[in-house]
Amino acid sequence: MSTPISNTIVNLPDQSTARIPKKNYITAEDGLLSWLLTGDHKRIAILYLISITFFFFIGGAFAGLIRLELLTPQPDLVSSDTYNKFFTMHGIIMIFLFLVPSVPATLGNFFIPIMVGARDLAFPKINLLSWYLYLIGGTLTLTALVLGGVDTGWTFTTPLSTHYLNTHVITAASAIFVAGFSSIFTGLNFIVTIHRMRAPGMTWFRMPLFCWSNYAASILMVLGTPVLAIAIVLVALERLVGIGVFDPSKGGDPLLFQHLFWFYSHPAVYIMILPGMGVISEVISTFSRKRVFGYTAVAFSSVAIALFGFFVWAHHMFIMGVSNYSALVFSLLTMLVAVPSAIKIFNWAFTLQKGSITFETPMLYAFGFMGLFTIGGLTGVFLGSLGMDIHLTETYFIVAHFHYVMVGGMLMAFLAGIHFWWPKMTGRMYPESLSKLSAVTSFIGFNLTFMPQFILGYMGMPRRYHAYPPEYQVLNVLSTAGATVLGIGFMMPVLYLGWSLKYGAIAGNNPWQATGLEWQIQSPPLTENFTTIPIVDYEAYDYEWLEKKQREEVTTVG
Amino acid sequence: MANAIATTHDEVHEEHEHIVLPQHRHHFETEEQQREAGSFGMWLFLLTEIMFFGGMFFAYLLYRNWYYPAFVAASNQLNVPMGTANTAILITSGFFMALGVWAAEVRKKNLLVWMLVFTTLFGCAFLGVKYFEYKEKYELHHIPGSSFSTAMFTNPDNYAETKGRPALAPDMAEKTQIFFFLYFAMTGMHALHMIIGIVLLFWLTWRAHRGEFSAGYVAPIENFGLYWHFVDIVWLFLFPLLYLINRHPIH
Repeated sequence: MSTPISNTIVNLPDQSTARIPKKNYITAEDGLLSWLLTGDHKRIAILYLISITFFFFIGGAFAGLIRLELLTPQPDLVSSDTYNKFFTMHGIIMIFLFLVPSVPATLGNFFIPIMVGARDLAFPKINLLSWYLYLIGGTLTLTALVLGGVDTGWTFTTPLSTHYLNTHVITAASAIFVAGFSSIFTGLNFIVTIHRMRAPGMTWFRMPLFCWSNYAASILMVLGTPVLAIAIVLVALERLVGIGVFDPSKGGDPLLFQHLFWFYSHPAVYIMILPGMGVISEVISTFSRKRVFGYTAVAFSSVAIALFGFFVWAHHMFIMGVSNYSALVFSLLTMLVAVPSAIKIFNWAFTLQKGSITFETPMLYAFGFMGLFTIGGLTGVFLGSLGMDIHLTETYFIVAHFHYVMVGGMLMAFLAGIHFWWPKMTGRMYPESLSKLSAVTSFIGFNLTFMPQFILGYMGMPRRYHAYPPEYQVLNVLSTAGATVLGIGFMMPVLYLGWSLKYGAIAGNNPWQATGLEWQIQSPPLTENFTTIPIVDYEAYDYEWLEKKQREEVTTVG
Repeated sequence: MANAIATTHDEVHEEHEHIVLPQHRHHFETEEQQREAGSFGMWLFLLTEIMFFGGMFFAYLLYRNWYYPAFVAASNQLNVPMGTANTAILITSGFFMALGVWAAEVRKKNLLVWMLVFTTLFGCAFLGVKYFEYKEKYELHHIPGSSFSTAMFTNPDNYAETKGRPALAPDMAEKTQIFFFLYFAMTGMHALHMIIGIVLLFWLTWRAHRGEFSAGYVAPIENFGLYWHFVDIVWLFLFPLLYLINRHPIH
């Protein structure tokens, strides 16, 4: 056993003798079919990880093209129609095919059963079905793209999507419909697993906070996604059969579409961010060697976010003709939803206080999350207040705001989680210094990309246009330069994580000295996780328990 | 650090006294856990179904408030006898389904098969009646789209069915199309759920015939029962909201 270096907690086995266990979920079966027909939640998680990475880079390529067009004020790279297709594809792919499944379908799929002490998710076949539905959704999206694209924006706003466009709206809509069912099934599986399959002694308040936040996100998936599904079915019917539920000329109301759409799509923001918050709880606790401050408050704040999240949707519609009174109520509720998010941030800060903090890569990403999410969240409060919203809606301020939450928040959390659990998933360590470099690069690139957009938006540059007045150029050039740096920051992990699969140091069972059940089993885990189901007799994040356990292990072995 | 499982605790689960069912999936600790997980999952799925239909019920609520006269006039053109017959048929089908669940629990194989067959037959009867209702709507030009005609609502006295009813102004009469769209979307989505249910029934009947559910493993029958009753309940909301709510005899 190597002696820990003073400024790190990494605790790797002796590399000259350490071996990856011969029997694990990767070596259990061979052949492509054993992966494509697997019921093992860990293998499905890996399948998801590969597919969402693929779509992330396609979505990222469109982001690059958008920034390239906006390098100059003149519309010189592509025509306005093509530009519309770019940002639509960027939105659809990033939201429905990357952000929504990112943490739940990969890390959640892999670790929730292990964390609660179960052998698998409750419904392994439905889990696999969810991945196939995801793939069908992804294929339909690519079909829409190859056939010539779609230019509704990811919001499918009526009557634009029903009357004014001749692009592949129905193909893209069915992609989202199918991908939606994939996320319903993931959520359903998590809820049942967490309710019914916890190990003996694993009470609700002994679960890691990662489970709590995924549970809250699952509730949103299960309740919200069907409403999106019906809204999209109605849009498709309107295009196909021409019936006027959203068509004012036939007595329909386009605003009804907005209500139905945002009833899902606002909670979808929390579907995307909540699992990320769960990752941050795990990482912050592990790398400051302290129980998460106010565990119960953090757990319930996830549920509170899920609950409040359902009652703020109309803040997307303040300028679209909802009544002043409902705007007032929704503005107030929007401010309220900031409270549980703030509870989390404060509790993480208090967890850090007097902790033994070390700065491994996941922790760097977690710090990035805390800063960037706070900026994103606070600008959300700006936008929730009615007067500011009318000035800032449909400007780059909005774009910067939700990218701070989604990219600065969620993507940072996703990468924190991927690095944190990489040793468990693959049995090998990622290269520490390179990954720290990539964390810092992403952080710098991100701020360089999106900070100027706050200013641009405040100055009045509207979103979704491919040209702009020349006086905005300096900030746009900064933003495009930042996007390049950001792109490099995101490319690096793919390369060095791929490299580490073969050449990384052997990680051992518990390189971080973390307390979760997943760290008490071998890495990579066995096909059914546990040989015997553990009895949980300690609280979550109990580092004294871990110390005691390890002392005992040494004495019995020695 | 040993690569073996670090968390070792004493074996706690008592050995099962009875024979383990072949359907028991090994990632569940006990059969009870498997059964509970299955039915809990089904209830959650039904919750998503409620939200799915909820979008359409919301649209119905909104437009009924906006276009009340059109909704009254259009609702009165629905065929109440057929709707009532269908309600009775569907409740009967649900009754046989409930008996089927009971038959599976008391392990009576033949009774279970017959109950599933009756459930299927009444389900098909419902769809048959629905076909004739849709056909009637087609003949009356009440299917939204290019062939839709508001003539019956603007000139009610020209038609035997609507003689004596108040005429609607042309712009309000146009709104009856919204009613019929919602009618077709809601009953159509309901019928789609019935069709999926009937396909599942064929499969379950075949498995019941092979005796899979007569040895203590009843979860699929139970869970399908939940689904089938859910489809019933959706109809029990659709029927009064679409057919009955504005029913007034012609004075």
